[in-house]
Amino acid sequence: MVSATESVGPFTLLRLERGELEPGVPGQFFMLEAPGRVLPRPMSLCQAPHGELAFLIDPIGPGTRALCALRIGEAIHVLGPLGNGFDLDLSRPLLVAGGIGIAPMPYLAAALGDPPAILGFRTEHHAEAAGLLPGAEIVVEPRLVTELLQDDPGDVLACGPEPMLEAVRRRVPRAQLAWEARMACGYGACYGCVVEIDGRYRRLCVDGPVVRDAA
Amino acid sequence: MQLDAFVTKTVTPQAREGNPPPRVVETESGMLNSIGLQNPGIDAFARESLPRISELGVPIWVSVGGFSAHDYADVCERLDGEASVEVIELNLSCPNVEGAPETAAELVAAARAATTKPLYAKLSPATWDVAESARAVAAAGADGLSLVNTIRGLALDATARRPQLARGAGGYSGPALRPIALACVHACARAVALPIVGMGGVTSGDDVLDFLAAGASAVALGTILFADPFAASRIRAELGDAVLPALALSEHEIHGLVGHSASRRVVSAE
Repeated sequence: MVSATESVGPFTLLRLERGELEPGVPGQFFMLEAPGRVLPRPMSLCQAPHGELAFLIDPIGPGTRALCALRIGEAIHVLGPLGNGFDLDLSRPLLVAGGIGIAPMPYLAAALGDPPAILGFRTEHHAEAAGLLPGAEIVVEPRLVTELLQDDPGDVLACGPEPMLEAVRRRVPRAQLAWEARMACGYGACYGCVVEIDGRYRRLCVDGPVVRDAA
Repeated sequence: MQLDAFVTKTVTPQAREGNPPPRVVETESGMLNSIGLQNPGIDAFARESLPRISELGVPIWVSVGGFSAHDYADVCERLDGEASVEVIELNLSCPNVEGAPETAAELVAAARAATTKPLYAKLSPATWDVAESARAVAAAGADGLSLVNTIRGLALDATARRPQLARGAGGYSGPALRPIALACVHACARAVALPIVGMGGVTSGDDVLDFLAAGASAVALGTILFADPFAASRIRAELGDAVLPALALSEHEIHGLVGHSASRRVVSAE
């Protein structure tokens, strides 16, 4: 059941009543029924307020637009938490996110005691989402998040578009990277969400979405 | 979960990496997939996957694929000695890989010579006369039909108008496939005496009744399981009450349908 929706720049923060669902580990994801669509949509958890699960959604297609159009009181099916989240046993965590890749960061920051963060956005409008992560350093294109990475950045946890993740990995081979892929099932059955890692196709839903030491 | 059978993803003689991503895309009333038969090969499948699937306590149907009659015979021969395998389904029609040069009937005949287990032939809807295919595989020794496989489709992205799947076209499944599948079941049920497992866009108890009325003796689920992993239990509950009275059949026919659906319904993982 939808308890609230909020506009965050071009994105929508969809807050659902938690019910029996556990919030899981930061970086894990949930499959959200997209009203009127054939397939659900995978979304990482953004915030876990008391009794709620909150998801930050970018309305880029028919499924995400249907999710953003949900009204308070409407109900959708939710499955999760699914997949592998971030490893939180770190001494010097640094969060790095690009665009809608900020989605898992507020819940992750809460679990890690608000570590430093670097956020990159395409426009000032998109950068309004940075309000979800107070205290973060912000860059807007043409500047890139990697420009703010120091030579010894610590334990990097990153989420964002593929070129950003590849750039972060070149700088910090041991970074934990949260990837994204089109999914059908979310639980390992369909083999639809594979990405090539170390020359092999791996299912992001069960071997990810957070991938470590992938270099 | 209330399954009467579990159909595996297709197994081939050798391990296959499958097609490059993106492999799935949603359309208005279905989805396209281009997995490309990713699987660990029959050796690893028999060693690692079969024992795990056996723990489900559900009869196992293994889907078999290949690129020649020899491939099909090879995998069937390996499965012939596996006590946990109840039925072999021959995937004769994957739209995402180059098929075998032999006809469907020749592939069934090769498999028939390699195993005594029941053989179900999974046919493509992309043929002018599917009943003729049904008669041919029946004559070659098939024990049943699985109808239908996905049909080839193409989706383009809205800006560059380029294929959304890396391989271009993919296999179209989901609700859009249902009328096509029903027509195939209807035609084949009148052409051959073999039992038919109907599949293609089944999402509700109502859909199951359509397939049974068209001539299927069991129904399999695929795409709906991606949206609702518990669909089998839900659909069985729907069959139990709400939908049946709406069907304009004689009481005798209704009992026949319920009997079939309760005892023979099959759920596919593919």
